[in-house]
Amino acid sequence: MSKASHANPALLDISEVSKAFGSVEVLRSVSLKVTRGEVVTVIGPSGSGKTTLLRCVNFLESYDNGSIRIDGKEVGYREAGTRQRRSERDLAAMRAETGMVFQSFNLFPHLTAAGNIMLGLRKVRGKSNAEARTIAEHWLGRVGLAHKADSLPAELSGGQQQRVGIARAVAMEPKILLLDEITSALDPELVGEVLEVVRSLAEDGMTMLMVTHEMAFARDASSRIVFMADGGVSAVGPPAEILAADFDNERLRSFLARFRASHF
Amino acid sequence: MGYTLNFNLIWRHFDKLWGGLLLSLELAVISIAIGIVIGLLLAVWYVSAGRAVRTVIAGYVEFIRNVPLILLVYLVFYGLPTVVDIAYSAQTSFIATLSLYSGAYLVEVFRSGLEAVPRGQLDAGKAIGLTPWQRLLHVRLPTMLRITLPALSNTFISLFKDTSVASVISVPELTYGAQWINFNTFRIVEVYLVVTAMYLLTGYALLFALRLVERRFKAAR
Repeated sequence: MSKASHANPALLDISEVSKAFGSVEVLRSVSLKVTRGEVVTVIGPSGSGKTTLLRCVNFLESYDNGSIRIDGKEVGYREAGTRQRRSERDLAAMRAETGMVFQSFNLFPHLTAAGNIMLGLRKVRGKSNAEARTIAEHWLGRVGLAHKADSLPAELSGGQQQRVGIARAVAMEPKILLLDEITSALDPELVGEVLEVVRSLAEDGMTMLMVTHEMAFARDASSRIVFMADGGVSAVGPPAEILAADFDNERLRSFLARFRASHF
Repeated sequence: MGYTLNFNLIWRHFDKLWGGLLLSLELAVISIAIGIVIGLLLAVWYVSAGRAVRTVIAGYVEFIRNVPLILLVYLVFYGLPTVVDIAYSAQTSFIATLSLYSGAYLVEVFRSGLEAVPRGQLDAGKAIGLTPWQRLLHVRLPTMLRITLPALSNTFISLFKDTSVASVISVPELTYGAQWINFNTFRIVEVYLVVTAMYLLTGYALLFALRLVERRFKAAR
């Protein structure tokens, strides 16, 4: 692994990251590398630290120990080892390089679909109104919502809102896209349209780190699956290996067994 | 009952009431405008500041909210110029008082509005790389204003009624106009009936107009 990563340095390098909320350790020395173009899926029982890990990558959460680097640049803190937070301006510039899609969509309710996408393009990327509008329309077309550009979030279905959420994130041309249980709040019949968009982004070579409970999708779309339990990485490997019934990890097997019992 | 209603004298002096109503509206509009500025600045400062600043702002809010408005009006108009070397007209003094008064109520309104903005929206603002200032301007304030609009309307309507307190320092607003007519004609029942109707009608007209504005913004929530 370490030799391979010299030849093809990791785009995202999470190294021995720990975090506690009070006395509860939510991340225990988590290490994970994601190379360019990879789609890595994190699975695991609730409370295992998946979402917290994702939120540390764009520093929506701070972490106590270890380091996270994107493209060689330390996330959140001034340099590895120190706990000196970067300035808010630095943090903002850094977050603009990572896109995030949320479980609850989190669209800006006062802005139209196009307006949601244009805000970052105009204020962060410095695009003109017209340029931003063109880019927004392009991405709305990509997610199949060209005709909804001027609709407010409240006028869209959950699946449509989430597709706008994805368009808002990718329009910024992030180096990596973080997807946090993006179909968990959707009615079952709307899940497919959202996953279809993610699949097409993966085919375009977008680097993604996602947390999901959609095992079939994880199996089909990921290059690797990470199984987290109790705040630590319990198993990593290609989907076929991790999801195989005879994988040598008791916790993973019982997680998958319980998961299958409740979902199939 | 030997009393017969006679409105003739009221109509003869109606310009006093009409002019008074316009001045009442003007006082309310100017005061809420200044109050909104005070409320917004202090609310934003409050949610982002440390304990010391919070204590000072909370002190201002508590003081204003627990002292009767009429007392504040006296304090600012009679009290302040005797202590400090400043001079102002009754009207200016009242506008200053009512602005500070509405500002204190609006700090609370805006502060709870700011805290009611869903955290997910702020996360989304962070995630696309907005700076704290941009998040405040483009994410937090627009949502906060929609949340607080009904409370803002109610504050404005109370403030319109509160302008009647200005009569105690002879600002010629609606209640002062009524008192003037009463002293000069002794038609006390008639004049207060007319003035009550004027407050009621104007209050309802304002409420109706503000509800229309609220509905226009509600679609965007």
